[in-house]
Amino acid sequence: MKKELPEHFKSYKHVWVAIEMERGQVHPVSYELLGCGRTLADKLGVQLAGAVIGPPGEATWHAVAEAFAYGADMVYLVEDPVLKDYRNEPYSKALTDLVNTYQPEILLLGATTLGRDLAGSVATTLKTGLTADCTELDVDDDKSLAATRPTFGGSLLCTIYTLNFRPQMATVRPRVMPMPERQDRPVGRVIQHRLPMVEEDIVTKVLSFIPDSQSAKVNLAYADIVVAGGLGLGAAENFQLIRNLASTLGAEYGCSRPVVQKGWMPSERQIGQTGKTIRPKLYISAGISGAIQHRVGVEGADLIVAINTDPNAPIFDFAHVGIVTDAVRLLPALTEAFIRRLSPHNRDKLAS
Amino acid sequence: MHIVVCIKQVPDSAQIRVHPVTNTIMRQGVPTIINPFDLFSLEEALRMRDAHGGEVTVLTMGPPMAADALRKALTFGADRGVLLTDRFFAGSDTLATSFALSAAIEKIGKVYGKPDVIFAGKQTIDGDTAQVGPGIAKRLDLLQLTYVAKIASVDPETRAITVERRAEGGTQVLQTRLPCLVTMLEGSNEIRRGTLDDALRAARAEIVTWSATDAGIEDLTKCGLRGSPTVVKRVFAPTARQEKATTIGEPGDSARDLADNLIAEIFARKPALEGALAAAGCAA
Ligand SMILES: Cc1cc2nc3c(=O)[nH]c(=O)nc-3n(C[C@H](O)[C@H](O)[C@H](O)COP(=O)(O)OP(=O)(O)OC[C@H]3O[C@@H](n4cnc5c(N)ncnc54)[C@H](O)[C@@H]3O)c2cc1C
Ligand SMILES: Cc1cc2nc3c(=O)[nH]c(=O)nc-3n(C[C@H](O)[C@H](O)[C@H](O)COP(=O)(O)OP(=O)(O)OC[C@H]3O[C@@H](n4cnc5c(N)ncnc54)[C@H](O)[C@@H]3O)c2cc1C
Repeated sequence: MKKELPEHFKSYKHVWVAIEMERGQVHPVSYELLGCGRTLADKLGVQLAGAVIGPPGEATWHAVAEAFAYGADMVYLVEDPVLKDYRNEPYSKALTDLVNTYQPEILLLGATTLGRDLAGSVATTLKTGLTADCTELDVDDDKSLAATRPTFGGSLLCTIYTLNFRPQMATVRPRVMPMPERQDRPVGRVIQHRLPMVEEDIVTKVLSFIPDSQSAKVNLAYADIVVAGGLGLGAAENFQLIRNLASTLGAEYGCSRPVVQKGWMPSERQIGQTGKTIRPKLYISAGISGAIQHRVGVEGADLIVAINTDPNAPIFDFAHVGIVTDAVRLLPALTEAFIRRLSPHNRDKLAS
Repeated sequence: MHIVVCIKQVPDSAQIRVHPVTNTIMRQGVPTIINPFDLFSLEEALRMRDAHGGEVTVLTMGPPMAADALRKALTFGADRGVLLTDRFFAGSDTLATSFALSAAIEKIGKVYGKPDVIFAGKQTIDGDTAQVGPGIAKRLDLLQLTYVAKIASVDPETRAITVERRAEGGTQVLQTRLPCLVTMLEGSNEIRRGTLDDALRAARAEIVTWSATDAGIEDLTKCGLRGSPTVVKRVFAPTARQEKATTIGEPGDSARDLADNLIAEIFARKPALEGALAAAGCAA
């Protein structure tokens, strides 16, 4: 099944991560990708490069420096005033040009709104394969990229290859890969590439940017503790039990997908393959069965606690601690027990 | 205006079941629906037509039964359904899918008038890659506006379109020129019910059905499995954790005992957590 790679692709070498920057901020998913890119590059015995695209200035050079700090051996840089805001036309041109000129074998992007907008354009222009929302990346003995993602419907994963085309492209959602350790390292080799475009060439204009209000930001992905409820809670009003426990713990709360589909919670609270991926220190799930699309979103948690009435629920296959009981009954008791245990009054008593 | 909306027929995922022994997906008897994300784009297209006049053509690539999805779209008020169906399309990945759909859109332009706006869904609920929209835009050399929360204005005369687009950390207000490709964000509108007239018309309507050749595709190697750079090699079940979950409690335990025991177990495993929680003044 694996055919010999066409001759003109044999020169494609090295692993690249597209460093995502919007309005001067590097998206943390880029560092997570550098971490996993490092592993792939080491296995292949090649270099890891960051591709930085942005406007001239400090923020862009900060992104360059951070790429090195998170493990890149070198950086390809396209710096141009037309790259001030993300727009598909100049960004896809810049990244496509870089790839055509310097020919990486693997190109990774974050599966964010920016990354998905850009990756689909670039892959189509390059006529290569793009595997979306991977949960695991590895290289096989024959050095091809094995990109694993959940398949629809059930509890299965599939591994997808781009065998006869280069680069092999993949996107990964934020928080799916662990954040690598940042190390102070000097800025290494930076190869600058020109963008043959001027503002007049670009049809799309950014009229304004309205930042999200602080209150609209749901910080699920980066929360230390997350409490979530599923269909097993049975009714919209029972989600108050989830919110109560979360607020007691200073935690974020979330839910499974059908809960969003029922309109019991807004979509930004959804956890899983098509929602947020989380990596908290503690994850408490209540009334969630643990389908693969949910599992891949929570597996990175340090400690997973599952509350479910069904002892055979798949969630107990990957939870660390389980309780087989009615969550509607347990949740209020759990909230109270936490309050008892954590209240300063009781702690003082324990200490004395 | 001529507006083309790409829709995909998908299994109603809520009802998919996995065979417990063979781990394969049991598709028989699973009802199909229009990909829910596509309905937000369809509604926006219908509103645009209602405001500016013109026609909405819905396009799908799929097996013959995908005609049902088109007919459903007609009941909402779309004017014409085009089904792209051919055994050569089987096994298409997103690159091959966007190739076939782009060819069909060019053909639609020749037969029914050049489209001003092409809509796609943000993503599907089965493949869920969000790659086909940008793929079509690139192949047809169209400007693309993805994750659109709101179309603020569109002017068929000046050819300007202004939208609010969801970006990381905020909303971009973008202006570009027609023709362009738009994907709508979920929740941006609600699909209309459709009138009785539409329902009657849909029942009688003839679905335009094209093969690859009908759509003007000459190079069949760009279609289906052969035209797909990605190859699915392995499908497997995730491995269970080595140690099973520690189970807390006995049948008949009170909720209070269960809760206390659970908390003890959590803090035994994560001692730092208790200190952090207390320090943060939680539960105070
Ligand atoms: C393409 C695709 C993408 C998807 N993306 C996601 C995603 O991002 N996130 C996601 O979550 N899902 C996603 N899904 C859906 C996923 O496959 C499951 O259908 C979903 O996770 C199930 O949600 P649930 O566990 O809340 O409900 P159910 O599967 O119905 O499980 C309810 C559970 O609650 C238990 N229960 C019942 N009563 C009680 C009670 N009183 N107390 C305690 N437990 C009780 C039951 O034993 C059962 O295990 C996706 C599906 C597809 C096809
Ligand atoms: C579990 C699974 C995983 C997959 N993973 C990948 C992958 O990683 N990479 C890859 O290249 N392919 C992948 N595929 C194949 C891919 O799903 C198909 O190519 C499919 O035809 C289109 O992709 P999508 O469903 O992801 O659509 P998306 O790109 O999510 O769809 C966006 C929009 O494009 C339009 N559209 C999509 N398909 C059609 C159609 N047939 N007719 C009309 N309009 C359409 C709709 O408006 C839709 O809302 C996967 C398929 C499955 C089932």
